Amino acid sequence: MWAYIVRRLLLLPLLIFLVTLFVFGMYSLLPPKMRASLYVQDVPKTSDAMQRIIEKYGLDQPIHIQYVRWMGNLLRGDLGWSRTAQRPVLEALAHYFPATVELALWAIIPVIFVGIWLGILSAIHHNRTLDHTTRVFALVGWSFPSYVYGLLLVMVFYAWLRWLPVGRVSDWVLRLEAAGGFRIYTGMYTIDAILNGRADVLANALRHLVMPIFTLAYIQWALLLRITRSSMLETLRQEYVMTARSKGLSERVVVYKHAARNAMIPVATVAGLLLIGLLNGVVITETIFNYPGLGRWAATAATQLDTLGVLGFALLNCGLLVLGNLFVDILYAIIDPRIRLE
Amino acid sequence: MKLLLRLCKNPLSLTGLILLLFFVGVAIAAPWLAPPFWPREPYRIARCGFSPMPRPPGIDNPLRGIWLIVTRQATICQIRPFGTTGEGQYDIYYGLVWGTRTAFKVGLYITGISLVIGLLVGSVGAYFGRYVDEVLMRLVDVFMAFPFLVAAMTLAAVLQPTIGRGLVTAMIALIVFGWMGYARLIRGDILSVKERDFVQAARAAGAGHLRILFRHILPNAIYPTLVMASMDIGSYVISFAALSFLGLGAEVGYADWGQILSFARNWIPRLHQYWWTVVYPGLALILFVLAWNLVGDALRDILDPRLRGRIMV
Repeated sequence: MWAYIVRRLLLLPLLIFLVTLFVFGMYSLLPPKMRASLYVQDVPKTSDAMQRIIEKYGLDQPIHIQYVRWMGNLLRGDLGWSRTAQRPVLEALAHYFPATVELALWAIIPVIFVGIWLGILSAIHHNRTLDHTTRVFALVGWSFPSYVYGLLLVMVFYAWLRWLPVGRVSDWVLRLEAAGGFRIYTGMYTIDAILNGRADVLANALRHLVMPIFTLAYIQWALLLRITRSSMLETLRQEYVMTARSKGLSERVVVYKHAARNAMIPVATVAGLLLIGLLNGVVITETIFNYPGLGRWAATAATQLDTLGVLGFALLNCGLLVLGNLFVDILYAIIDPRIRLE
Repeated sequence: MKLLLRLCKNPLSLTGLILLLFFVGVAIAAPWLAPPFWPREPYRIARCGFSPMPRPPGIDNPLRGIWLIVTRQATICQIRPFGTTGEGQYDIYYGLVWGTRTAFKVGLYITGISLVIGLLVGSVGAYFGRYVDEVLMRLVDVFMAFPFLVAAMTLAAVLQPTIGRGLVTAMIALIVFGWMGYARLIRGDILSVKERDFVQAARAAGAGHLRILFRHILPNAIYPTLVMASMDIGSYVISFAALSFLGLGAEVGYADWGQILSFARNWIPRLHQYWWTVVYPGLALILFVLAWNLVGDALRDILDPRLRGRIMV
């Protein structure tokens, strides 16, 4: 067990090195003028001054020397200046991070519960109406682009019925915050509201989160449902399930205690995919609902040629994904002893 | 032929096939359904006036409107069967009709090129084995260390200053991060085919590496990968439209579903008044992708039963 974890951990620096190499590769595709913005805030207009900057920061030097310099900057936490966020990239990442984490964490709840629960139900009622309905739901969900779904939600619940707001919190919360009546601890309004003991702020933040959460969750449901269903079907055919039934155990115990636990093993492998899905999903979701998090900022930065901002976002994403996959691998080794022996 | 017959037997795949045929028909008949507005650039969406607000359809019955356009009794801007977008007054019907061609182009190009790259990397790795395989597979791992859409978005943003915004930029970005799945799948299948007797026989007969790989091994291992590719076409169209939706896809004014949809973002507080800016382009995207997924699902069950229930990502 420990040997496996140590082996996985030893691989980590290598993966991180490759990821930085890759992000640097994308950075070096940029024209020198844009690469210069990593070092100077205002890129000079005249070619003379530009030439001086290129020489000063070695932007015309061989690629490996540039990489070492870039890496040095990265280790010092200097990712350049983001034009769209009007602050250094690292600071911008830190600024927008809590909002996105809040969104993603809340979204995990409906993703896992509804996805897995529907998958299990679908498997139990194999080839009956419920199964067919959920399968059609999954197939349609698979084909339904999240941005169309999000726009339809906005159209019905925000524009038409006025039930749910867009954005992150209402203006009065921001005014309260500016007046000092609401202290920010974590940057996540739902948690801060509890820490401040303000139920009205909590309710307000949650109301703003409903549509983004369901858009993010919906992207994942189809995937999770399919895997849970097929894995559950496979498990229900196993002989030990028959044994459990013949012992006279209730169907509930057989399904949820004997079968579902083993069926969850393949489901755990897609936890990494779910993470990818969430990271991809926040960009579109936040853009549609005007939710001021990492994703919306990255999308703005990408369209306004604030490339250093986008690269910073990409680097953070890869880092999260590498760590997430490590976590999943270890989790997997814990729940399935066969893996450790490989 | 037998394949087609089996596709028609299942109601789901029949629906998919009919939808797909419908889209093929629209793509072929585009110049007739929506006569080019700019004579030399049919892919530039027709623009009807200068109003800043989205304008509703100019006629109550969209089907009758389309008929009037097709029979040349009225121009597109008089009818506007599906209304216009706000900014730029792009005609939605025109954009959707010509956008069908864009969707096919994008889906087929991206899938085709990614497939070729994946096949090359995977088969070379699996056939030569050892360190070649090791290096190539680690390369695959690195490319997979990026969340797909975020990576494609980043690359598209990086490429824009050099090669400009356009169809090609977005397609390159999606291809660069799209080939790894095929490489992995074909590698696994080749590894198992490689050990079979007929490969030994070919080697004994004196065939070269290339001949063995491309004439003997690949034809026996390629089916699952092809099926996977056919199932991916729909999701590539979604991804491309997502880039367009974010403003990183085709250039402004190019007939492309994602872009038409992105105009709706300007009207979020009053979206229910301007419902046509979301509903029509959204419907086109959903039906197109659904068609590919239905056909792909059925193809998979017919051609390769062992893939059934396998998750495609």
